[in-house]
Amino acid sequence: VMNRTLSRKLLGSMCGISSRRLSFAQSAVNTLIKSRELEKDELRPLYMDFQATTPMDPRVLDAMLPYQVNYYGNPHSRTHAYGWESETAMEKARKQVADLIGADPREIVFTSGGVARFYKAKKNHIITTQTEHKCVLDSCRILEAEGFEVTYLPVKNNGLIDLKQLQETIRPDTSLVSIMTINNEIGVKQPIKEIGHLCRSKNVFFHTDAAQAVGKIPINVNDCKVDLMSISGHKIYGPKGVGALYVRRRPRVRIEPLQNGGGQERGLRSGTVPTPLVVGLGAACEIAQQELEYDHKCVTVLANRLVQKIVSEIPDVVMNGDPDQRYPGCVNLSFAYVEGESLLMALKDVALSSGRSVKDYNYTTGDLMHMTFFFVRFGIGRFTTDEEVDYTVEKRIQQVKRLREMSPLWEMVQEGIDLKSIKWTQH
Amino acid sequence: MAASSGEHVLSLYRLLLKESKKFPSYNYRTYALRRVRDAFRENRTVEDPKVVEELLNRARDSLALIQRQVLVQKNIDVVTCGFCRVC
Repeated sequence: VMNRTLSRKLLGSMCGISSRRLSFAQSAVNTLIKSRELEKDELRPLYMDFQATTPMDPRVLDAMLPYQVNYYGNPHSRTHAYGWESETAMEKARKQVADLIGADPREIVFTSGGVARFYKAKKNHIITTQTEHKCVLDSCRILEAEGFEVTYLPVKNNGLIDLKQLQETIRPDTSLVSIMTINNEIGVKQPIKEIGHLCRSKNVFFHTDAAQAVGKIPINVNDCKVDLMSISGHKIYGPKGVGALYVRRRPRVRIEPLQNGGGQERGLRSGTVPTPLVVGLGAACEIAQQELEYDHKCVTVLANRLVQKIVSEIPDVVMNGDPDQRYPGCVNLSFAYVEGESLLMALKDVALSSGRSVKDYNYTTGDLMHMTFFFVRFGIGRFTTDEEVDYTVEKRIQQVKRLREMSPLWEMVQEGIDLKSIKWTQH
Repeated sequence: MAASSGEHVLSLYRLLLKESKKFPSYNYRTYALRRVRDAFRENRTVEDPKVVEELLNRARDSLALIQRQVLVQKNIDVVTCGFCRVC
């Protein structure tokens, strides 16, 4: 149990606030300390999950605050200054988003985040991949129920699409191909340019879910011949609850609105546009464009550092996904012979994402090799520091070593027994 | 002329660093410090006075931004330090 004044001084020095200033928030601090004392962990975990969401950049918050406090007009109000200033801000944000991807501002539709999907097609066939985000796959399932035919293309071992296979799958009645630019689990970068050109040559619309890619790698919708693109605000250090959809005007892409009502946003997504959120999204896009090179450099250095350190200390670590065609900030590692649940429970001090890949588990032959591949996803972003990476790496190495010592499979492997030759009995 | 503007740049740099150190959050603090240092280092050799003026204006805007954000963050988020063993 910490002494109250001591804890106050400590907190003050930790947070860069003088102990005098804290007195006005003393009661708040005390309750916080009390709740902290109830938990075993006294510090919050490090954040290394930048693919799930990102903290808001302070510059984005700074841009949004005036529109939360003073400039609160409805951008669709035509008759007074409040409306005009909000509308100006909204259009400015639209231009900022458009500039990031090389589009025209009229082609940007603000949505409520990530993937708002709607199609209208005379043709009935849609192609997507098996590794798409869950919301895309769910939307496709719904479309199947409505009468569309969907083909789920498999990916190669390195996570990339086989262009030849895609070419063969495109039929005369294919209306849409949807492939994400950067996969959020393993970080592979699909060959968007080639796919775009292929689709354009066959007169098929090309949609890409660029939520993880926008602002991190340079994307130009005209170079890549993209017709539809989804952008998510909270993946590029912007606010949560807002996104944008790029809808090409030349050649015109016809889509049906999902949200009907007031006819806002070219009739494609009705509902008042949330000015503070779109201002935040615009600011995030502008900052991303300015900082793209710098961030990419920093992230690459940190990612290499992470992978080198882990690989040099522990054997039998696999990095999932193609080593070249990838975004460096998403490092997905599988540690063999490590018990999955224990590793999950040991991940408390660093916020990481993890999962189990059992896609290749073969129940007939009892091939357990893939069962033991439990992956951990390290997300590195703009705000990650050297020390965070070093600490994470150290802890992971420690835990993996400890868990391997306890693992019977590891002992067997050390003795040279081939795991595939073992006969597992059912009981 | 060059000497005074050089001093001016240095004083802006020091002010930016001083304000950046006040961020309560570990991640924002380290990012601000790193970004300010790298930005000044990168533009060290710029000669064109117009470009220099523009960069200095950006620096002044950034300084105001950091001061505002530090205030906002201090007043709403008292216990935020992520990983204080390092700082």
